[in-house]
Amino acid sequence: MKQNLVRSAVLGGLLGVLAGVAVMAAPAGGQDTAVKIDNFTFTPQRVTVKAGTTVTWTNQDDIPHVVASSTKIFKSKTLDTDDKFSFTFTTVGTYDYFCSLHPHMTGTIVVEAATGGNPAP
Amino acid sequence: MNSDQDDIRQRPSRRKVLECMTWAGTGVLWTVAGGVPQSLGLVGEAKAQAAAGLTFLQISDSHVGFDKPANPNALGTLEEAINKVKALPVKPAFMIHTGDITHLSKPSEFDDADRIISQARLDVHYVPGEHDFLDDEMKLYGQHYGRGTKGAGWYSFDAAGVHFVGLVNVVDLKAGGLGNLGKDQLEWLENDLKSRSASNPIVVFAHIPLWAVYPEWGWGTDDGARALEYLKRFGSVTVLNGHIHQIIQKVEGNVTFHTARSTAFPQPAPGTAPSPGPMKVDDAKLRSVLGVAEVTFKPGQQRLAIIDAALQG
Repeated sequence: MKQNLVRSAVLGGLLGVLAGVAVMAAPAGGQDTAVKIDNFTFTPQRVTVKAGTTVTWTNQDDIPHVVASSTKIFKSKTLDTDDKFSFTFTTVGTYDYFCSLHPHMTGTIVVEAATGGNPAP
Repeated sequence: MNSDQDDIRQRPSRRKVLECMTWAGTGVLWTVAGGVPQSLGLVGEAKAQAAAGLTFLQISDSHVGFDKPANPNALGTLEEAINKVKALPVKPAFMIHTGDITHLSKPSEFDDADRIISQARLDVHYVPGEHDFLDDEMKLYGQHYGRGTKGAGWYSFDAAGVHFVGLVNVVDLKAGGLGNLGKDQLEWLENDLKSRSASNPIVVFAHIPLWAVYPEWGWGTDDGARALEYLKRFGSVTVLNGHIHQIIQKVEGNVTFHTARSTAFPQPAPGTAPSPGPMKVDDAKLRSVLGVAEVTFKPGQQRLAIIDAALQG
């Protein structure tokens, strides 16, 4: 389990770099978007953003949650009440995620090209 | 509680005892008579039943560190529960803790839990909840309770002719899914049970319910049915879970499923609230919400009977 976790973290980090992650840095473009975690749901559950947008999740529940990419591209630390997690999406695509503590909680971020182009699949 | 009147007459202090215990949530006390575990529901009843055979206690979901409105002092209510255990007239053989020992897996939370629970001076057999693996390296639970266990912390042991199996269904959870046992653990379980006689009573305990209590809230285990398949041939199987902070029981063939209360805070009944989050009730209402449930084995009957009784109202 521990090995898997370490591997996941490394893989996640690697993919993160490839995807041009800038969790702490200012977004390269697009507008910042907020996703609320409330009543064990991500709201809005499906968000479409332009590439370069930073999405910030805020946990408003009295129970901790973890925002985790289904393909291990990003994963937050444990978010206690009012904790936030941000991720900047620079690459066009569809990013499914879930709460790794309560996996029935799922959401999707769709990233479209910043200027023109076709919408993400 | 059909025998309530008799009990009150014979033991006037019983209602008082129950009232004291309500807020703490206490635990569910189990005794095994004739190979069939029965929940006494009330710790106060232990005295009358203790001679029947193996008696053990289940506590669950202590969420040490939780300080939100539903219970600003979860450590305090755990301590209340443990104080009740300490005061038992007849000492149980051991306790099981069905997970979510801590709220955020902080070192201080594990230490506080250990400090309080050890005051019961009982062996405690733990299984983890999802709240016990929140530290970055997922190592604290193993350091505290993992000795002699396999994988993320599963194991089995025998006591008084009963085979106990502690399972872990809170790691490697899949997007969109429920609790998860995983292939390795299922293989181990199959082997663990293989050589045992069908007449050997089995008690399985894990954090998340092994059966689908309410999948819409994640209250179930994706591959729980596989585990139950291995248990089908046994004449007496009892599955004890936590996670949902309320007593729910189901009997299916030879298998009795039962979930225990939390010592920290109540959660709503399936589907009765927007989410399964901690349920805030005022102090006066709390006792009626927590209530007490007795599960009783009646001589001549193979199945356990559950009797839910609110402490007030």
